[in-house]
Amino acid sequence: MQPSTVTNLATRLPSSRRPRAARTGAARRPRAARTGAARHTGTAYLFLAPFLALFTVFVVAPSIFGLWISVTDWSPFKDTQNFIGLQNYIDLFTPGSITFGDFWQSMGATGIFTVLSVPCLLIIPLFIAILLNNNIRGGTAFRAIFFAPYVLGVAVIGVIWKYLLDTQSGMLNHILGMLGLPSDIPWTVDVPWAWVSLVIVTVWWTLGFNAVILLAGLKAINPDLYEAASLDGAGMIRKFWSVTLPGLRPVMLFVSTTTILESANMFGQSYILTKGGPANSTRTAIMYISDQGLSQNNMAPAAAMSYILFAFLAVISVINFRLQREKTE
Amino acid sequence: MSSTTVPKTPAPSRSRSAASSAAGSSVQAPRRRPKGVAARTAGLYAVLIFVALAIILPLVWILITSFKTDGDVISNPYGIVPDPASTEAYSTLAEGQQPIFLWLLNSFLAATLQTAIILVTASLGAYALARLEFRGKKIVFGVIIGTLLVPPVIFLIPNYLIVQNLGWLDTIWAITVPGAAGAFGIFFLRQFFIGLPAEIEEAARIDGAGDLRIFTQIVLPLSRPALATLAILSFLANWNDFLWPIYVLLSPERLTLQPGLSQLQGTYSTHFSIVMAGAVIASVPVLILFGIAQKQIVESVASSAVKG
Repeated sequence: MQPSTVTNLATRLPSSRRPRAARTGAARRPRAARTGAARHTGTAYLFLAPFLALFTVFVVAPSIFGLWISVTDWSPFKDTQNFIGLQNYIDLFTPGSITFGDFWQSMGATGIFTVLSVPCLLIIPLFIAILLNNNIRGGTAFRAIFFAPYVLGVAVIGVIWKYLLDTQSGMLNHILGMLGLPSDIPWTVDVPWAWVSLVIVTVWWTLGFNAVILLAGLKAINPDLYEAASLDGAGMIRKFWSVTLPGLRPVMLFVSTTTILESANMFGQSYILTKGGPANSTRTAIMYISDQGLSQNNMAPAAAMSYILFAFLAVISVINFRLQREKTE
Repeated sequence: MSSTTVPKTPAPSRSRSAASSAAGSSVQAPRRRPKGVAARTAGLYAVLIFVALAIILPLVWILITSFKTDGDVISNPYGIVPDPASTEAYSTLAEGQQPIFLWLLNSFLAATLQTAIILVTASLGAYALARLEFRGKKIVFGVIIGTLLVPPVIFLIPNYLIVQNLGWLDTIWAITVPGAAGAFGIFFLRQFFIGLPAEIEEAARIDGAGDLRIFTQIVLPLSRPALATLAILSFLANWNDFLWPIYVLLSPERLTLQPGLSQLQGTYSTHFSIVMAGAVIASVPVLILFGIAQKQIVESVASSAVKG
């Protein structure tokens, strides 16, 4: 039974992932695989057809279509579109153009939010995951409670925190007042408080998500490593730096990448809590792009903006990947 | 150190032994004093309980506020007990010009429809990717996986135009079909199908079963847990979608709860009890779903990074 499992799996895996032993062990395999491939191609595409139809129309087509829009003077009020090359992109990089100031302000706001929120969204959940990893009683209950806000939509999160953070009748200012602290903090209507609010709300909303993933990563670390470190006389802090963090690196790469992307795509929190204010200072790139493209009918420049944002995110992801990769080696 | 004496308090030794038993060695490694362990456990619980309260109490406060009258919220904004306890906010919502219970229905229909589309298309496609060898497989799979990393903003404007051209603006199709084309479902199910034992399928194939039969009678029944998890995650994602429905839904009676709630906020901005009643209506269904499927949801999120 055991060998047959290996063979079956081997024929099913793409050749590059086939175990070396299985590949060299059976000389006949390549030909068998090839005839097998010929036999299943029609069936396979029938199975894939419904998904590929949707995928083509709503994923592949729009990514090409969007790129095309961004090099035209597309407008919903005109019947024809003209190819204008990189003009939309050039405008976005030309100081003084209509969109330059607002677009880069929104990119800056996105950058500020990402820089402020990502460390909080990594460190606090990691701390909680480490606490939960102590085999304590009620661990699953705590885990469920911490995760719960994540299932609520951003609109729910937004309206309830709009109330909790209200300057006059919000509970947070009331509690601060009871503790003898300033009780008139303009949480959502003035900077820098608006940034603090957006970060607090985002942490409250999503900390459980990251904590759950990091906890799974902690559980996957070989306990022998901790035991060995103990025998070498390592204390708690030493073990954290030399066992926990290195063992967590692949999971941390995943969590940090998704968290950076989520933060850079922030929309709902600003939309509801601060309405992008004061004076557009918390208007994120996604807010500005969607407003320009879908409310102001400025579709071509908005499409160009979305590709510029994409380029930034791609570069940041690659840098993040490289940095964390290098540490491993 | 000679602190291998039996701890005086039983509770900390329990939690401690779980951590140290992994090595199973008879020689005790140097350990902290039991007293320190007890203090540490207490501190641990203190922090966890503090965080748990920081999450639960705001939600409780929202619930309390939703049962207050408008006058009560203004005259006694921090009263812990509604005086009088009233469903005024809910009835105002029910009778107001904004049809929140219709939004609730719309949200439910849209989330269900999109979940159904995803389950059908992703499971069929994932079967091909997991079990069949075919020409172009690597390219198809590579393109699907590649789009997992593309930020959704890229699709925003072109998909709006595509949906507009299809005549789908302001319909349920706009908020269900484009979102079902994402790569997550097919990727998720493919991972699961690959992990299923191939022997049963092989046996069925030898008995002359075709792929459709193997898929419907063997693979799908074996995949119930994965299909349930995907269904829950898809339902939640659609229920909570915010940016896209704001722009593709236009008439008040077509809205879903998330954009609806944002409008409610605009209408009743200072009538907190009414807005909070809206938030409660939008939260209760997903919190119930989470209550039922908490373990599956959390486990599937937990495994997403470790396996991937």
